[in-house]
Amino acid sequence: MMNKLKQADAAPEDFSANRLSRWTTQSLLNFSLVFWALLVILPMVWLLYSSFKTDQEIFFDPWSLPSEMQWQNFERAWVTVHVGQYFINSMKVVVPSLILTLALSSMTSYVLARFRFFGNRALFFLFMAGMLFPIFMALVPLFFLAKDLQLLNTFLGLILVYTAYSLPFTIFFLTGFFKTLPSELHEAALIDGANEYVVFFRVMLPLAQPGLVAMAIFNFLGMWNQFILPLVLMTERENYVLPQGLSFMLHQQYYKSDWSALFAAVTIIMIPTLAVYVVFQNQIQKGVTVGALKG
Amino acid sequence: MTNNASAAWAVFKKKKYHIIIPFTLPSLLLFLVFVVYPYGQAMYFSLTKWRGLTPRPTFIGLANFEKLLGDSLFWNALSHNLIYLVSIPAITIIIALYLAFLLTHGKARFRRFYRITFFFPQVMSLVAIGVLWSFIYHPTIGILSSIAGLLGAAEPIAWLGNPDLALLAVGAVVVWQAVGFYVVLFIAGMESIPVSYYEAATIDGASRWHLFWHITLPLLWDTIRTALVFLAIGATNMFAITQTMTQGGPNRSTDVLSTYVYERAFLSGKFGYATAVAVAMFLLAFALSVLTMRATRRETLEY
Repeated sequence: MMNKLKQADAAPEDFSANRLSRWTTQSLLNFSLVFWALLVILPMVWLLYSSFKTDQEIFFDPWSLPSEMQWQNFERAWVTVHVGQYFINSMKVVVPSLILTLALSSMTSYVLARFRFFGNRALFFLFMAGMLFPIFMALVPLFFLAKDLQLLNTFLGLILVYTAYSLPFTIFFLTGFFKTLPSELHEAALIDGANEYVVFFRVMLPLAQPGLVAMAIFNFLGMWNQFILPLVLMTERENYVLPQGLSFMLHQQYYKSDWSALFAAVTIIMIPTLAVYVVFQNQIQKGVTVGALKG
Repeated sequence: MTNNASAAWAVFKKKKYHIIIPFTLPSLLLFLVFVVYPYGQAMYFSLTKWRGLTPRPTFIGLANFEKLLGDSLFWNALSHNLIYLVSIPAITIIIALYLAFLLTHGKARFRRFYRITFFFPQVMSLVAIGVLWSFIYHPTIGILSSIAGLLGAAEPIAWLGNPDLALLAVGAVVVWQAVGFYVVLFIAGMESIPVSYYEAATIDGASRWHLFWHITLPLLWDTIRTALVFLAIGATNMFAITQTMTQGGPNRSTDVLSTYVYERAFLSGKFGYATAVAVAMFLLAFALSVLTMRATRRETLEY
């Protein structure tokens, strides 16, 4: 009975003028959402299926689906265009940088948040000042510094630089985080005879886990997508990281054409990001927006 | 606290430097060497002439900055930053506010889906986005030119090859990738506004537009300011996307300060001058953040 009533309600001939205008507004609103969603999704879908096409198909019919799946595009992308190598290089830089950043900043933040000592505020503000300047100002000095220290074109050099530039925000965030943790636990552990290192690693770090996770995500994305620093500090192609290698491939494309492999390369780069994003989207959205909300 | 406990606490306090020093020194050293020292050096380099051939830069005072004032390439790059600056933040924020309001107050289904989708470009690298859009804009392999063909364009349009269109094409990609981030940010802000405000206004007969204009916007003002500053700083940078899509071309029609700095320093070897341009870039970004915060200052509404 109720259902029938509702159906009758929704029948077009029943629309009063008011209803109709409300219905129009509603669909207009929904249309905007659908429109933007398509604007985001369509380029990705197009990229995905185009990476299975041959060069011929890509050129002569940009919209068509692949007539046959060209899996070898991916093989060429991974091996011939070196995406595999760039991927491994990126891992070699980002994983140690991330670990080092989290280790150093959590220790420093803990001390800055929990101990009173001479120069505490000054130290905190010194780190914060690092966020004030654009990285472009430091490019030339960094290049020559790396050169002098024999760190140019080395993974160690890039790791140290990534870590150094990640410290200010990570310390800012984690100091705030450690301040919110209850101090009773800390005191209780000390009274139980634990030394301060044990307290830090066994009690405080596990408590700070949500903050560490947010910073891990935030820094991972920043480091994985970092472009200008490797562009300046990694000068040999064998050491290129992913974004740098990808940009290099695109510009090389104008001389030496293998579009299908390039499409496949971008897909290879996008799929893991997409997979990780879909699984952790909630934490990622929080981890990324945290910068704006706190800052 | 018992006697025993306060004794332990006292011992701990005395020994606190045993933890303060090893826990801060490594970060501090790394930060001093790779951040503070280069920024300090940059100030000095900007006052020198240095082609990288001589072992040491020569001090020339403010000559670089004088040269900069007469450098048409500098003004060309700066003008593009300014065009981005007046367009990208406003357009991005308007679209993001609109979508966020729909997702918070509309009756839309699949809200979670929309949020996840809109945000996705934010996690992709700007270089990957740049490459993807270079494909899309490409006159022969891209899909945009065939859409333009359907709409009656006779020739395929080379979006990135045409000096009149390239800046617009690059700017559009930045809006495309940025909107989702601000949608999520604004949704978080909008959800913290008490529902009772809207209910009361709705009972008084307020339209959706009124709700947005008189409740959402004033109470979201702080978040919008933050967004403005973020986007303004972004518009003074623009490096990854420009370098990937056009490298400042064609004919420097998309050159921005950051690509100009990079080109001067690492392709033309003018290290002193490039650093001076970078310092000018910093001053601009800094002045802008201060100005934006000043110009948008209102009394914060407590709720």
